[in-house]
Amino acid sequence: MSFETAKMVDQEDKMTTTDTSPAESAGTAPEGMRVHNLDIFYGNFLAVRNVSMDIEPRAITALIGPSGCGKSTFLRSLNRMHEEIQGARVEGTVTLDGVDLYGPGVDPVVVRRQIGMVFQRPNPFPTMSIAENVLAGMRLNSKKLSKSKANEIVESSLRGANLWEEVKNRLDQPGSGLSGGQQQRLCIARAIAVQPRVLLMDEPCSALDPISTMAIESLMLELKSSYTIVIVTHNMQQAARVSDRTAFFNIDGTGQPGYVVEMDATEKIFSNPTQQATSDYVTGRFG
Amino acid sequence: MTSLVSSKPKGQFGDRIFRRVSTGVSLLVLVVLAAVAIFLISRALPALTADQAEIGVGGDDGEGEGFLSYVLPLLFGTVWASVLALLIAVPIAVGIALFITQYAHRKISSLLGYAVDLLAAIPSVVYGLWGIFVLAPFLSKNLFPWLSDNLGFLPFFSGTTSTSGRTMMTAAVVLSVMILPVVSAISREVFAQTPGLHKEAALALGATRWEMIKMAVLPYGRSGVIAASMLGLGRALGETMAVALILSPADVISFKLLTNQNPNTIASNIALQFPESSGLEVNTLIATGLVLFAATFVVNALARRIAGGEVND
Amino acid sequence: MTSELATTSLDLGLSSRPLSRTTIPAIAILSLVLAQIVTRVFSGGGSVVATLVIAGPTNLAITYVVSRRREGSRRAIDRMVTAVVYSLMTLALAPLVSVVWTTVDRGLARFDGELFTSTMRSVVGDGGGVKHAIIGTVIITGLAAAMAVPIGLFTGIYLVEYGKKSRLARLVVSMVDVMTGIPSIVAGLFAYALFSQFQGPGARSGFAGSVALAVLMTPIVVRSTQEMLRLVPNELREASYALGVSKWRTIVKVVLPTAVSGLLTGVSLAIARVIGETAPLLIAAGLAQDTNTNPFSGRMTSLPVMSYYGYAAPGFPPEAGYDRGWSAALLLIIIVLVIFSVSRILGRVLRPKGLR
Repeated sequence: MSFETAKMVDQEDKMTTTDTSPAESAGTAPEGMRVHNLDIFYGNFLAVRNVSMDIEPRAITALIGPSGCGKSTFLRSLNRMHEEIQGARVEGTVTLDGVDLYGPGVDPVVVRRQIGMVFQRPNPFPTMSIAENVLAGMRLNSKKLSKSKANEIVESSLRGANLWEEVKNRLDQPGSGLSGGQQQRLCIARAIAVQPRVLLMDEPCSALDPISTMAIESLMLELKSSYTIVIVTHNMQQAARVSDRTAFFNIDGTGQPGYVVEMDATEKIFSNPTQQATSDYVTGRFG
Repeated sequence: MTSLVSSKPKGQFGDRIFRRVSTGVSLLVLVVLAAVAIFLISRALPALTADQAEIGVGGDDGEGEGFLSYVLPLLFGTVWASVLALLIAVPIAVGIALFITQYAHRKISSLLGYAVDLLAAIPSVVYGLWGIFVLAPFLSKNLFPWLSDNLGFLPFFSGTTSTSGRTMMTAAVVLSVMILPVVSAISREVFAQTPGLHKEAALALGATRWEMIKMAVLPYGRSGVIAASMLGLGRALGETMAVALILSPADVISFKLLTNQNPNTIASNIALQFPESSGLEVNTLIATGLVLFAATFVVNALARRIAGGEVND
Repeated sequence: MTSELATTSLDLGLSSRPLSRTTIPAIAILSLVLAQIVTRVFSGGGSVVATLVIAGPTNLAITYVVSRRREGSRRAIDRMVTAVVYSLMTLALAPLVSVVWTTVDRGLARFDGELFTSTMRSVVGDGGGVKHAIIGTVIITGLAAAMAVPIGLFTGIYLVEYGKKSRLARLVVSMVDVMTGIPSIVAGLFAYALFSQFQGPGARSGFAGSVALAVLMTPIVVRSTQEMLRLVPNELREASYALGVSKWRTIVKVVLPTAVSGLLTGVSLAIARVIGETAPLLIAAGLAQDTNTNPFSGRMTSLPVMSYYGYAAPGFPPEAGYDRGWSAALLLIIIVLVIFSVSRILGRVLRPKGLR
């Protein structure tokens, strides 16, 4: 038992010490994420094969591709949400600022505290108020917070998610009373309240109307100065509008694994891709 | 701004404890069930291995018949009473379910649904008291003479009609009232799940409400109704108090519904005999209990097989 | 089928003259009157059941004939089925109303102060009360719930959150199914067999009764817990994991609070279901005439058992015993109703607003 705990603490230290001196987080750029030869499985089924990519820090990386090509699966493997599905596993490495997320002894729970996630459908906790939702990441981990500190976090996170002005007078009301777009921004506020290093977004606008979508997109552009963002989107215009780099996923047929066709600066992917498949996809010939 | 908030990963430890506790408790359920089986079987065995001439409970005429001939009339009575109850309850339950899901106004239907659910919660002893104080006199005055006069040529209604009303017929009616909530609740659920598209397709063809029910609702709900009936049967088999209070029992196998000579049910027999029993008599009663358990197990398993594991009671 | 509908749909066309709203009730009343006359003439009359038995088919026949002439055969069959369904509903409600009415009517006869403050100690005829049975019911059911609720909740949590489709989980699910089917009297026999192993023959105690009830209650709690936890959207679990919250904290702080109203309803329904159980307590806890607050030694009476013996062994004169039996039954129904209503209200108050 004590051995286990020691190992966990050790791991925690490694994760935190590699790059967490205040100076670093204040100024110098972190390395971002590196994915190397990643294969993703559901049981024996290979869902995504051999992905290698560098995800640049403080930038928006978009993952595009036809349905079923594994881009969401890939995204979920970046913060080890993938393994919540029974029998799901990966081979290969994913590093965050030099630490392998799948290394021995790494606690997926700690990984997810560093790499937050926003889901396709807004999912505020129905039992909690707006403020409690924002604080959920801390409160659920039984972190003691002083009242003023908590208020501070609520305000800064909601401001960060461009939601503060709309909800500041009803912080104690249930989060589910908000509109879909507001709920999604509440979920973003909830994700950034724990101050992750990376924010993963799985089609965050697909359940929203165009106006809410615009609000989320402009929010993403603001957030990228502080966070590394990876977004899965079906909407190529959205990828073109917000992302700095784009990876195009494709699949050869049902039952075949998805793979990365190419990854490059977004402008290049949309104007002058190297691969024919990419060009066909971005010009709307399939997908 | 990405300053890393470091907190101890105490999660893993808590996780392990929590997972072990809930797994352990699940295993406990298995242990309890095994204990039920072991204790009942070990207590029932003496009744099967002892000199069969000694087997019998209570009455003088009951002694010395052997376990099989002791349990058979009881098993017959159990099944007969339950099947009768089912025959009465199922058409009514289907009627209720159709009324609530297809005919009644939404407000009334939720109210009725609530009322029927509530009936499931009325203790069986209350049904028993009602059966003996209200239904038995009522039926023996209003129905039994009429049945005996007009339908006495049928074997079911032959024989000397009971004046107390403590007959198989009364017991079956009370049992049917008791299983009505179970059967109708499940049927109601299945009918309510009929795909709206099927119903609309039928209505769009110009079907009347009954034609729509016949085309869309009943075919969809058939297996659910059968499973519900089986579950109701299981409930009726194990029902004790109402029968114990109502039936005037005798050690017979008889299809007659209106007489004072009725085959008793296993559960009711245990309830009546157990408080006064000792020694081998207790073993015998426990053995009959095992037979009852086996019978309900088979019926419930069939119900689940039919429902494909979808229906809970 | 289609062609039949196509050709006959003209029957339902604008040209048909639908029956007025008063026609159907009028036919029903007419049938009742006719049936009454028939029974009077042929069997000397008076039999309510016979009247109804005749009135039902008569009503159907007249409805069919009248509707057929005015609205065509398809509409006529529809009308007839509607009449059948309404009759079945009425038929079902009759005994239910009668059960409740009788219990209230006869139970109120002895719903006095003495009933709640005295026991059956040295009472033969009049007087006496159910105080000891109330105490017994509370102790026995309370202990049963104390055993069954944690076991049921944790098993439900295991099945939904951890076991999922593993072999052990499937085994547990099927064994819970088997447990659901245990007849209540068999649970009583089990408790008796278990305790007589240690305490010798004739062992009867409140705790033995609780064990029997716990065996009956556990599968109900497991089932409802399973159902309620499954209703919690997976998205909420994922949202919590994505915030770096461990699995057990997610269960305790997100899943359970979201499901709490359903869990409470399930538990109270399980309690309501076993609080009226008579047979297992008859076997395992027995009957006592006086208050016994020690569940581990001596017989302990509960309300349903007392209600049963009110009829089975009424004493002299028997009416006093019957009245006590009905009062105990009424009290039992009231308790069940209160549990039911409280669980409904609690469920409504605690239900998270955002969940449908």
